[in-house]
Amino acid sequence: MVTLRKSTQFFLLIALNLLVLAALVLHAEVRSREPAARRSASRILVRQLKLSDLCLFTEARYTRHPAMADRHAPFQDHPLALEHFPSGSLVTPPALRREAK
Amino acid sequence: MIEVIEVSKSFNVGKVNQFDAVSRVSCRIMPGELTILKGPSGSGKTTLMTLIGCMARPSSGRIVLSGIGAGSLFGQDPDAAIEITSLPERFLTGIRRSAFGFIFQQFNLVRGISVLENVMLPAYPTGVNHKVLRERALTLLETFNIARHAQAQVGLLSGGEMQRVAIARALINDPSVIIADEPTAHLDSRLSREFMALVEGFKKGGKTVLIASHDPIVYDSSLADQVVEMRDGALVDGSLP
Amino acid sequence: MTPSLQRHLNILDFALSSLWRRKGKNLSLLAVYTLIIFIIASIVFFTQALKREAGLVLQDAPDLVVQRMVAGRHDPIPVSYATAIAAIRGVSEVTPRYWGYYYDPVTGANFTLVAADDPQLKPEAIAIGSGVARTSRISIGDFLPLKDLKGSPVLFSVQKIFPSASELVAADLIQLRQEDFLRLFDFPSGRATDLAVSAGNPAELETIAAKIVHDFPDTRPILKSEMLRTYDSVFDWRSGLVLVVLAVAVLSFIIFAWDKATGLSAEEKKEIGILKSIGWETTDVLLLKSFEGIVISLSAFLAGVSLGYLHVFFFSVSLFEHALKGWSVLYPEFKLTPVIDPYLICLLFLLSVGPYIAATVVPSWLAATVDPDAAMRS
Repeated sequence: MVTLRKSTQFFLLIALNLLVLAALVLHAEVRSREPAARRSASRILVRQLKLSDLCLFTEARYTRHPAMADRHAPFQDHPLALEHFPSGSLVTPPALRREAK
Repeated sequence: MIEVIEVSKSFNVGKVNQFDAVSRVSCRIMPGELTILKGPSGSGKTTLMTLIGCMARPSSGRIVLSGIGAGSLFGQDPDAAIEITSLPERFLTGIRRSAFGFIFQQFNLVRGISVLENVMLPAYPTGVNHKVLRERALTLLETFNIARHAQAQVGLLSGGEMQRVAIARALINDPSVIIADEPTAHLDSRLSREFMALVEGFKKGGKTVLIASHDPIVYDSSLADQVVEMRDGALVDGSLP
Repeated sequence: MTPSLQRHLNILDFALSSLWRRKGKNLSLLAVYTLIIFIIASIVFFTQALKREAGLVLQDAPDLVVQRMVAGRHDPIPVSYATAIAAIRGVSEVTPRYWGYYYDPVTGANFTLVAADDPQLKPEAIAIGSGVARTSRISIGDFLPLKDLKGSPVLFSVQKIFPSASELVAADLIQLRQEDFLRLFDFPSGRATDLAVSAGNPAELETIAAKIVHDFPDTRPILKSEMLRTYDSVFDWRSGLVLVVLAVAVLSFIIFAWDKATGLSAEEKKEIGILKSIGWETTDVLLLKSFEGIVISLSAFLAGVSLGYLHVFFFSVSLFEHALKGWSVLYPEFKLTPVIDPYLICLLFLLSVGPYIAATVVPSWLAATVDPDAAMRS
């Protein structure tokens, strides 16, 4: 009975894993070099419509356009309003705003 | 030859529960002979064997090994005399690994892994080629008639089979001295006699054998070259020839 | 092979056997470990890819957006400001932007309405994002009723649907003609939502922004670099939910691993004693325990990272969808271009593999320094 010793089996498994990882790295490399047809559709719209934000979360004003929002955006409706949109925890309102002095 | 000179071993030194397991024992174990340490439990047999087998250090006294191939560890003639009591831990392990094979009362097999792996276990850190080692282990298992269980887990074996695995394991590094602690304690008389038959085989193979036992099948055996009797940590007067 | 290499391989063999006999425990540990790495790797891949995508897509965003603030709120800006701002040195163009939100009571979704003059767009016709088409189940030629300020519905015919590849910026967009926009919302005349300013030389933007604030104290300019920075801090590890989820995951794993790795059972201790008694040195036992740790953590790391990559770039982060969607009805569907940041992967490796091996080896160290004769006395 020919069985591989356990350490060899383990190395084969690790090698396989590394191979998968290498394939994924290669995949990332190839995909990021593709002519960005997908991205160009977005870029054209950004240019034409003068968009300033990504459409990630449509649930609240300050999460739909985080770059346009105020620092205190989550509390616009009431100073004591608790943050209640889940995406509000993923997106922080911008820290820096140039207000008139 | 193993020379034990005025060896004592105390536990919990300086405390109220100080206990002298072995006190001022001297004896000689001749190469190729079967020496039996006889005595009731608690008489210090096991402690004396751990001292001889480089598992623990004596509190006082000296143990000198010669002619057992340990000298090569120090770049000397393999059969040179080595005084082991003052050696650092590293060398003790080296000697223990190469010169001694141990058979424990409880067998001390590692559960959950195969018989074959248990036998190979002592040789793993020595860096032997795996294939060579495997062959050697299988040959040993065949010698002891348990090769058919090579891939079985040790927990499934009978007492007699477990002991034979333990013996095969003790022999994997081809030691010149075999030390067995109460080897027949868990065996019936038929298996005990079978064990003594194996011991006869060791002697024929030129091994030095040291057995601690209070089983008459062992100490009354005609194979014994020397029977040393211990009581309360000391040799019983007149027990040495 | 050298004896030293053989020694390592032999001990690795035994480590694997040793792990295998506690299959249930170790496989579940491996599964939990892999899951944690998978979650963290997914977050890393997703945020890195999204940040890069944001940076590239928003390259063509307006250089500067000027908002008007009234009573601390964003308010329509007088179009007359545009002429004055256009006169500032360095400004090449000022365009008023008309946009706003529309809550659609039928679907419960929020749409973004944008008025931008496209000569091809007919009156009372709209171009919609794929997300809108999906949510409202409409296609080209259908009509979308939008309620005007007085509550009466105005029917808009769908003339165009933006390509689905543009969902990352346009999923919820409804583009309509400017006059339709103004009429629908009864927008105050002479006002725009904000002003988009472009500058000939991007280096002068800071100066231009300062000048605008000086000339119009009621305005707030937002630079493109600030917009990009906003997306740089999206899903930042320091921020809210992500941090909480991560902290809980990591802490529970630490407890689990600590319990597993440090709680040397009596059996394990006895085994170390047996190994010592049959001639293993302390270093051999430590090597054995490190191998046990390495086998688990390395396997978990490699599998977790690979699965995370597949999850993010092949399955569009489907497991996080609920967290990302939140309460939104309209959720963009987009595929990200893969990014692998070697620095973050290495960091993840060190933080996941290192502590686990330490937690495995240190307690064994204490057990491995016992006298070998202990096993004989048990």
